Amino acid sequence: MTTRYLILEDGTIFEGRAFGSNEASVGHVVFATGMTGYQETISNPSSAGQMIVMTYPAIGNYGINRDDYESIEPALNGLIAREYCDEPSNFRSGMSLGKLLELKGIPGIDEIDTRHLTLHLRDNGTLRGMITEAGATLDEAKALATLKEYEAPTNLVASVSTQKAYPSPGLGERVVLIDYGMKHGILRELNKRDCDVIVVPYDTDVETIASLFPDGILLSNGPGNPEHLQQQIETIQSLLGKYPIFGIGLGHQLLALATGAKVQKMKHGRYGSNHPVKNLKTNRTELTSQCHGYEIVRESLEGTGMEVTHVALNDESVQGIADESRHAFSVQFHPEGSPGPIDAVELFDDFIQAIKAVRRKGSHNA
Amino acid sequence: MPKRTDIETILVIGSGPIVIGQAAEFDYAGTQACVSLKEEGYKVILINSNPATIMTDTEIADKVYIEPITLEFVSRIIRKERPDALLPTLGGQTGLNMAIELEESGILKELNVEILGTKLDAIHQAEDRDLFRTLMNDLGEPVPESDIIHNMEEARNFVDRIGYPVIVRPAFTLGGTGGGICYNDDDLEEFVTSGLKYSPVTQCLLEKSIAGFKEIEYEVMRDSADNAIVVCNMENVDAVGIHTGDSIVAAPSQTMTDREYQMLRNVSLKIIRALGIEGGCNVQMALDPNSFDYYIIEVNPRVSRSSALASKATGYPIAKLAAKIAVGLTLDEMLNPVTGTTYACFEPALDYVVTKIPRWPFDKFESAKRNLGTQMKATGEVMAIGRTFEESILKAVRSLETGQFDLSLEGGDEMTDEWIEKRIRRAGDERLFFIGEALRRGVSIETLHEWSMIDLHFLRKFENIVKFEEVAKANPFDEKIAYEAKRMGYSDVALAKYWNTDERTVYNWRKERNMFPVYKKVDTCAGEYESKTPYFYGTYEKHNESLKSDKKSIVVLGSGPIRIGQGVEFDYATVHSVWAIQQAGYEAIIVNNNPETVSTDFSISDKLYFEPLTVEDVMHIIELEQPEGVVVQFGGQTAINLAAELEARGVKIIGTALEDIDRAENRDKFEAALREIGIPQPLGKTAMSVPEAVEIAREIGYPVLVRPSYVLGGRAMEIVYEEPELLHYMKHAVKASPEHPVLIDRYLTGTEIEVDAICDGENVLIPGVMEHIERAGVHSGDSIAVYPPQNLSASMIETIADYTTRLALGLKIRGLLNIQFVISEKQVYVIEVNPRSSRTVPFLSKITNIPMANVATKAILGESIVEQGYPTGLATPPAGVYVKVPVFSFAKLRRVDITLGPEMKSTGEVMGKDTTVEKALYKGLVASGMEIKEYGSVLMTVSDKDKQEMLGLARRFKNIGYHILATAGTAEVLKAEGIDVEIVNKIGEEGRTLLDVIQNGEAQLVINTLTKGKQPERDGFRIRRESVENGVPCLTSIDTADATLRVIESMTFETEPMPKQEEA
Repeated sequence: MTTRYLILEDGTIFEGRAFGSNEASVGHVVFATGMTGYQETISNPSSAGQMIVMTYPAIGNYGINRDDYESIEPALNGLIAREYCDEPSNFRSGMSLGKLLELKGIPGIDEIDTRHLTLHLRDNGTLRGMITEAGATLDEAKALATLKEYEAPTNLVASVSTQKAYPSPGLGERVVLIDYGMKHGILRELNKRDCDVIVVPYDTDVETIASLFPDGILLSNGPGNPEHLQQQIETIQSLLGKYPIFGIGLGHQLLALATGAKVQKMKHGRYGSNHPVKNLKTNRTELTSQCHGYEIVRESLEGTGMEVTHVALNDESVQGIADESRHAFSVQFHPEGSPGPIDAVELFDDFIQAIKAVRRKGSHNA
Repeated sequence: MPKRTDIETILVIGSGPIVIGQAAEFDYAGTQACVSLKEEGYKVILINSNPATIMTDTEIADKVYIEPITLEFVSRIIRKERPDALLPTLGGQTGLNMAIELEESGILKELNVEILGTKLDAIHQAEDRDLFRTLMNDLGEPVPESDIIHNMEEARNFVDRIGYPVIVRPAFTLGGTGGGICYNDDDLEEFVTSGLKYSPVTQCLLEKSIAGFKEIEYEVMRDSADNAIVVCNMENVDAVGIHTGDSIVAAPSQTMTDREYQMLRNVSLKIIRALGIEGGCNVQMALDPNSFDYYIIEVNPRVSRSSALASKATGYPIAKLAAKIAVGLTLDEMLNPVTGTTYACFEPALDYVVTKIPRWPFDKFESAKRNLGTQMKATGEVMAIGRTFEESILKAVRSLETGQFDLSLEGGDEMTDEWIEKRIRRAGDERLFFIGEALRRGVSIETLHEWSMIDLHFLRKFENIVKFEEVAKANPFDEKIAYEAKRMGYSDVALAKYWNTDERTVYNWRKERNMFPVYKKVDTCAGEYESKTPYFYGTYEKHNESLKSDKKSIVVLGSGPIRIGQGVEFDYATVHSVWAIQQAGYEAIIVNNNPETVSTDFSISDKLYFEPLTVEDVMHIIELEQPEGVVVQFGGQTAINLAAELEARGVKIIGTALEDIDRAENRDKFEAALREIGIPQPLGKTAMSVPEAVEIAREIGYPVLVRPSYVLGGRAMEIVYEEPELLHYMKHAVKASPEHPVLIDRYLTGTEIEVDAICDGENVLIPGVMEHIERAGVHSGDSIAVYPPQNLSASMIETIADYTTRLALGLKIRGLLNIQFVISEKQVYVIEVNPRSSRTVPFLSKITNIPMANVATKAILGESIVEQGYPTGLATPPAGVYVKVPVFSFAKLRRVDITLGPEMKSTGEVMGKDTTVEKALYKGLVASGMEIKEYGSVLMTVSDKDKQEMLGLARRFKNIGYHILATAGTAEVLKAEGIDVEIVNKIGEEGRTLLDVIQNGEAQLVINTLTKGKQPERDGFRIRRESVENGVPCLTSIDTADATLRVIESMTFETEPMPKQEEA
């Protein structure tokens, strides 16, 4: 067992055991409450720049399989657990979680009082943290100095988005999926519905998008602060009204910004699989998968033409917005689940219905 | 949706007596439901026959009927009370079945009583095999393929279609006689042939075997607005094939990926939506460990044992919310009671690992088959919470109170490899420990997986635990290793064993190093939201969340898992004690490990520690909380057993002092005390050897009561009538030696009397004296008790009250005590004094309206009985007659002899109350499940010693028109007395035998007292088992038979011919 430390910017130090990569790393420490789905969580590109504390204490039990990735390259900066299990048991398991982290250069630390850490983050908000090199002696001052200087890169989206456009062909609607850090789950849902998908880089311009003759545009999830993406917001403004648009996660925040609303950073974000969201249209509450550190400022929606369609049951925060006249809607949560429930997966059907309705009216393709 | 305003009065049906498969969890669910409905302003009427429950307290519902849960009585109550609605889904299978019967009888329609919550057609759909299968087919959800076959040809066709393995279940044979699992053609040939032979209708059900699949359960809830959630999922450590109630279970699932988790979540929600469940529901599924294939095994459209476990495992109070859903509230408008700030419409996130281990009654029933299968055998269960699986399971193991503190068996190292393999392949109650032994011998987890089909993940966890034994042994008193051991869940007892020292030394060594656990909150949300709930578990981590308050506190120890001899009545007393402590102005802290009970509902106490009841675990809490003292007298023997060691470590035991407890429990000291107080007890002596035993028995005279002095609770206790029997007993049942003396007492055949009393040090309050129907020799827990006594003279009662008062004061009791007396030849002798709460405390509290546990608690906290406003001495009995009738679970326990004796065998009890003893008995017997027929046949086979008494009974049966069947010996005696009797052949004889009579339903009642000797014993046993398996009431005591007969006599009329003029 090799010792390593987790040091937070406020000076809190946790001693634990190294797994995964031996290298040191720095990032924003957030906690995720899902009891299953660590493979999806660590491979979700939205976790770029983050160190994730898994609140469920037994991590690694079922290993890593070839199917449950949400991206090819996990982009998180570190994984923090109570008990990492190095000998997985599941028929699909191809390797251990530690092995994957090692391959991808991501440090892991376990034997941590993760509940203590979680309460600390809940009460103090997201903090910067460092996982030290495995086996290295603790140099607190140096670590704190590094943490003080550390700023999350403003180009996280660029680092996880595809470099080149690529197709995922189908026989149905042509969907241009703008990849800000897309989870595979979104693509899976579109493929399931036989969409003819073209995934394009986050910085694809309006002309290029138009040249792909989309029936609809899907704005994907992704990492970081949406306000760093001014160019992309402008692109969305140009697309808005011309094509049916569906935004998820970061895509939802970008859509809101494009309509003139505001977003704000949350104290500690929401990462988990058990968050109830009320669908104001059906009045039914759906359990959702969430992964976000920013949220829409409700009051700022006034005058944007966007109406609130979904709210979080517990804090009434905005979880979904829509403007029927412009055929645009978006949700903060992940209707594709992976990990987490798919109670609201019909939103993908709604998107396709919206596309069909628009096509019938022939009101786009200007 | 707001709650319904068109209904005012709601009838809630409870689950009746505790039986295997239906235990304390329904007291928890029912109590929550009633309180929750009252909170919403409804008038609640409750019917439950079980007095030993919190739910039948008069404060819990507006009107409480302790009456039999039968169509007859429930209908009567409905006619009387005219409720607007009925809530049937919180009373277990009993409640559901009752609701169905009521519906079918037409009374609900007639009186316009609406069924709340899940509708009856949904219940039918979930419970009826065919309807359920059809629904699953419609939904496209797989159920194991099955078919009914009548010959070998059809069997082969079925196998051709679905392949091996298949299970053969012969139709209409009990316990699946003749069936089995077939892996190939040879097996099929064998089992189908035998199955068809055994089946009276020559019919077998063939079912695809899914043994070896993972057994996964989802506890789900849905409301009328179609919001549906999963409260908790659970993974059975034991694969499909063992009843989930008999399986070791982990929550949440441990080996499923999110894809599998969500797949089964979606299926569960789809099913409850299709069924239209409004409330809680349990979905059991089997998941192939090698693919995404799954099958739906079963759906329980009601709260269940699993939902109680899920509630305790997550903190989410399923029954409370299910009751509110039933009156129209929806999940998204109710707050989550744990956080108080978030809504109930969400899915709890756990940040710990929960394990549950069942508690089986095989320590009491040594002859019972210990194999586990599809029939549940456990009487109770323990739950433990840890931050790792290892910690959780080791905590659960020591919570069982079976003397085990790691994964080892007594004498395990002497067992053969073959024996160990056998006991792992064929699951039994001790499989976990056999696995431990196998691991110690180096058997690989792959081999163990092949033997047990338990997932490698769990086996590896067990291996981690066992492997660490060697590490611990090699490093005694090594701080780092010790901390690792504690983190893994190891107890001081185990470490002391490895380090060749004692537990206290390990504890003190740790204390010097401050190597103590911290306490973490169970908050439903993994720390995401703040929670005020005072629900804690201990673990070895850095950060403690349980803060000591400024208020003075008192710790109450609970009674652990439900077992025979220590049932829900001790939880009842525990809860009442907690309430009294709070009323007295203290903070009440409870420690318990039973997930089924009311006491482990976090809303009962000021603080709940869900922890094992061992000295170490309790001391940790005491070190943190620094309470004024610890109350042990309400937690049964579990808590009492901890008293000495707690006091030795400086903990104040509140109530009867330790030395006085000891004085009541230690035989020699007790004898001395009795001499001092001047109260007689049956003659008795202690034997250290066989000759000495023979000597003593001759001296005091047969019959004698023999028992080992080192076993409590009536185990291995027997009445012997002659010397050969005594020698047999001394040879086979006990090994007498100076270390293990055997107690030999004169057995006085007389009326047994039981008394519960409260003493505050100055005065004694005796709420009541109970008379047992069965004469002394039958365990008091298995006897029918009558209150007030019907056959005692005023002076006799006075003597009893006087003895009770003198005993209470003389033994310096503070709080409750329970005394058993026997009256022999008009002399009152004391048999036993228990310086604690007893089984009859709830029964008496309910009858007399004296809340005994409450009064006793306040008395030990310093408020005298008089100050509390109660009289002293014997309380005046209220009007009416009350009986307590024991309930047994024999049908579930094969090979157990049902004969009543000094060892307790019942699992629960019911109360019958009415104006006469016969009426009360009728209700009691009916409530206990006996079908009393006004006419029919009685089969009598009695031992020689009972033949004289039997004559009177036979004559009376004849007088009310009963036909008498008997074997030759008994018949001869009857005929000689001129009683008409039909002879049936003995077992083994040609023609129609006793067994045929029972199997064919030709006898409505069996009276059998054959126990002694060799052949008759075996025959008697077979007769009794046959009766149980055919559902015929079988009475093994002449006294019970007499009481039953009195009831039948009171129901019917005697017919006698007019007396003829005697010819002069």
